[in-house]
Amino acid sequence: MPTKTVLEAVRDALHDEMKRDEHVFIMGEDVGPRGNVFRITAGFLEEFGRERIIDTPLAEASIAGVAIGAAMMGMRPVAEIQFADFIYPAYNQIVGEAAKIRYRSAGGNTCPLVIRTPYGGGVRGALSHSVSIEALFYHVPGLKICAPSTPRDTQGLLVAAIRDDDPVLFLEHKKTYRLVKGDVPDGDFTVPIGKADVARAGTDVSVITYGLMRHFAVDAAERIASEGVEAEVIDLRTIRPLDRETILNSVAKTRRALIVHEDQKFGGVGAEIAAIIAEEALFDLDAPIRRVAGPDVPAMGYAKEYEDPFMPSPERIAAAIRDIAAL
Amino acid sequence: MKSEAKIRAALPEGLLPETVRDMYERMVLTRLCDDRAFALNRQGKIPFAATCQGHEAAQMGAAFAIKRGSDWVFPYYRDTALAIGVGVTPRQQLMCLFARKADVFSSGRQFPNHYSVPELHIASISSIIAAHVTHGVGAALTFSMRKQPLIALISFGEGATSEGEWHEAMNFAGIHKLPCVFFCENNEYAISVPQRLQMAVKNVADRAAAYGFAGVICDGLDPIATYSAVRDAVEKARRGDGPTLVEAKVYRAMSHTSDDNQLTYRTSEEIESVKLRDPIPRFEAWLKDRGFIDDATIKDVKAKAQTAVDEATDWAEAQPPPSEDDLFTHVYATGPLS
Repeated sequence: MPTKTVLEAVRDALHDEMKRDEHVFIMGEDVGPRGNVFRITAGFLEEFGRERIIDTPLAEASIAGVAIGAAMMGMRPVAEIQFADFIYPAYNQIVGEAAKIRYRSAGGNTCPLVIRTPYGGGVRGALSHSVSIEALFYHVPGLKICAPSTPRDTQGLLVAAIRDDDPVLFLEHKKTYRLVKGDVPDGDFTVPIGKADVARAGTDVSVITYGLMRHFAVDAAERIASEGVEAEVIDLRTIRPLDRETILNSVAKTRRALIVHEDQKFGGVGAEIAAIIAEEALFDLDAPIRRVAGPDVPAMGYAKEYEDPFMPSPERIAAAIRDIAAL
Repeated sequence: MKSEAKIRAALPEGLLPETVRDMYERMVLTRLCDDRAFALNRQGKIPFAATCQGHEAAQMGAAFAIKRGSDWVFPYYRDTALAIGVGVTPRQQLMCLFARKADVFSSGRQFPNHYSVPELHIASISSIIAAHVTHGVGAALTFSMRKQPLIALISFGEGATSEGEWHEAMNFAGIHKLPCVFFCENNEYAISVPQRLQMAVKNVADRAAAYGFAGVICDGLDPIATYSAVRDAVEKARRGDGPTLVEAKVYRAMSHTSDDNQLTYRTSEEIESVKLRDPIPRFEAWLKDRGFIDDATIKDVKAKAQTAVDEATDWAEAQPPPSEDDLFTHVYATGPLS
């Protein structure tokens, strides 16, 4: 099994699907000769040609809208929003259109579209290259949202997303791109959309998370194991549809739930997970549900002094596990 | 232009007398469907109605300029005549008005006149103004990529041309010389806002210059003139010579929808004057002048259309509404998920 980075996993998934299915094409800003700003599609233009690797005008609404139109015609577009912070002009297309096309046409039209975008902070990306956008889209039925964090999950889920018959928002945490390495199976494989992964088994506290925070949570769990607390880390991988079963099974076992995400706390994904646990498993719990999340300020600032306290750290997660385990 | 003004355009080569009669019949049918929608709304039988009165000639001309059923249409909510021109039936129209379960457009989910008929290659649209314009461009991109001899006809009102997405769509189509026709039905009002508060240019067609392709203007009260303008644009697109923006000058004969009252922003003199410019009697006179139709045929056409609309109304009213289960269908390919 080859070892690769998350970035290489994205590239390989795109490359293999482009080769496998001529309906797949890529459109976005700087995806052509530049090969995307992270060099994910480097060499694609030479291999697949200008018709399938389309450098778009700097206009996100049309990146999404044109891709939607092509998807309605049976293509499998992979549209790239260069940074998640730039997705807002495309919000109307993704939420108002893509998510509703199947429903509003009673299945007459469909929208098998993937919108990929790098998100997340911790890279000195300042206000407009650090944002987490999942909560803004999480509310919308009709969309699927993947936010994997390992090379294997990234490659397998991206392939699954391209083959999916509904619109998928595919979130890639940009700090994981080169930081996280791991084994990835050879050949054609998928990871099912909507299934969580038990990243670390444990018996005392369930830590429910996704994205870069999976790695921080596993780190925190390893640190605290020496204190005799075994935390179970659930990596959601897909945040809509949500794998309720894995969450509730874990909580039933550990009787304690900690939710961790980098996105701001208020109205975040964690709020929904907490509500599901409260609605369906309240009497399983021995302690209140806790959340470790980004602060409720408008954005992640550029200075280290703004960025560091915004990002949940393994230390903060470990402290929260310790607190909840003591209750 | 006065009511008695004749349509001057000659019958374009290739357009047969039976084709123009067909166009006329569908315009009459559209008008009766439109009238029926407002009548049903006043009777409290349907919650909402939208009109295309004043646009029938432009829409029918555009419909007949494409390969109906092959080329894709991305209409907007005022395109009843375009839809009927492409092949929507009175029963389908009435099923959508009554929001019935078997409504082919949306199974009773969408407002009236939000067409989606995959078999006729009419794409699903929302009410978000200009949101479908990039979709039509994406379809044209597909035709170009897949070397399919198809074009996308994308229609909208002049108000839509203020939207940023409209400009993004025009820009993208111009860059890639895509096989599409942008068809603007300029009726001078976006609900209540007149064109002079919508844009500083005199014609919507003027905007095309910024995107590297031609903008042309036609008399949208004349189905033949509109047919010719759109057909030229369609042929150009099919040759691989890129898009055209066709602006059909029309008027809106009624309020925006059944929920609007145009007397709050339009003078009664203006409202009366536009009624005199009804495209249907004008087309009738033109057809008679050329011997394509006579009074007996006109009477017959109107009677048949009335019967079809009456039959469709009774039939659709008796059809079942969506059931409780329908709330949760077509969320995802695999059913509802959370």
